[in-house]
Amino acid sequence: MGESVTKITVDLSAVRRTTWQQFAARFLVGGTITVLVGVVGKEFGPEIGGLFLAFPAIFPASATLIEKHELQKKQRAGVNGQKRSRDVAGVDAAGAAMGCAGLLAFAFTVYKMLPRHPAVEVLSVAMLIWMTVAVLVWRIHKAS
Amino acid sequence: MWQELLFRFLVGGVLVSAFALLGDLFKPKSFAGLFGAAPSVALATLGLTIAREGRAYAATEARSMIAGAVAFFLYASCVSWLMMRHKVNGLLASCASIIVWAVAAFGLWFLWARA
Repeated sequence: MGESVTKITVDLSAVRRTTWQQFAARFLVGGTITVLVGVVGKEFGPEIGGLFLAFPAIFPASATLIEKHELQKKQRAGVNGQKRSRDVAGVDAAGAAMGCAGLLAFAFTVYKMLPRHPAVEVLSVAMLIWMTVAVLVWRIHKAS
Repeated sequence: MWQELLFRFLVGGVLVSAFALLGDLFKPKSFAGLFGAAPSVALATLGLTIAREGRAYAATEARSMIAGAVAFFLYASCVSWLMMRHKVNGLLASCASIIVWAVAAFGLWFLWARA
């Protein structure tokens, strides 16, 4: 029942509310984490380095941003939306938890396919599997 | 060496920002959240690792990434629970829960992926 009424829409207003400093912060965090993952891999080997391929790099920045945007929206409407803003960011985190099924499927696909298939093919298939599994888990959750 | 680090930084920055932007675009928020667990860092790192160290090395990284993904699930669930149930602010919930990711990732690696 829930699934049939849940429509996925594109909302550009959230992007417009994001300042260039916030975009820059995400770029910096993303770039820095990628460099650190490379350094960890080099220092401690691929087994430890691999753990950090699924490090929640951008998560604190995103959760803070979502909470802030929601709070600003509620304040503009003249209400104290602190609880609501935390709920919204919490729902986003729950979505990320569902997305982890896709992340796991991505890793498993790369692990199994990479030794025997060309890299571009493997990464393309793994991305497709990530998206498919993540959306499927989300849909199942919405339908239940 | 510095050129490689700079290249990593740029590729990682672009990919992580792009997936975060996708997460901003969609509604409902539970769907947008899927992009919070996108393999952005993995995509940036694996491509460079394959080119430099070879496919077998990158496959070993991907094997450990499975443990990292399970840890990410526990981490995101913990952040969601702290924010929705206990109304903890986003920065505190997401930073404090990193310990959950670390314990789970290294614990799983020790028990399973280390062999």
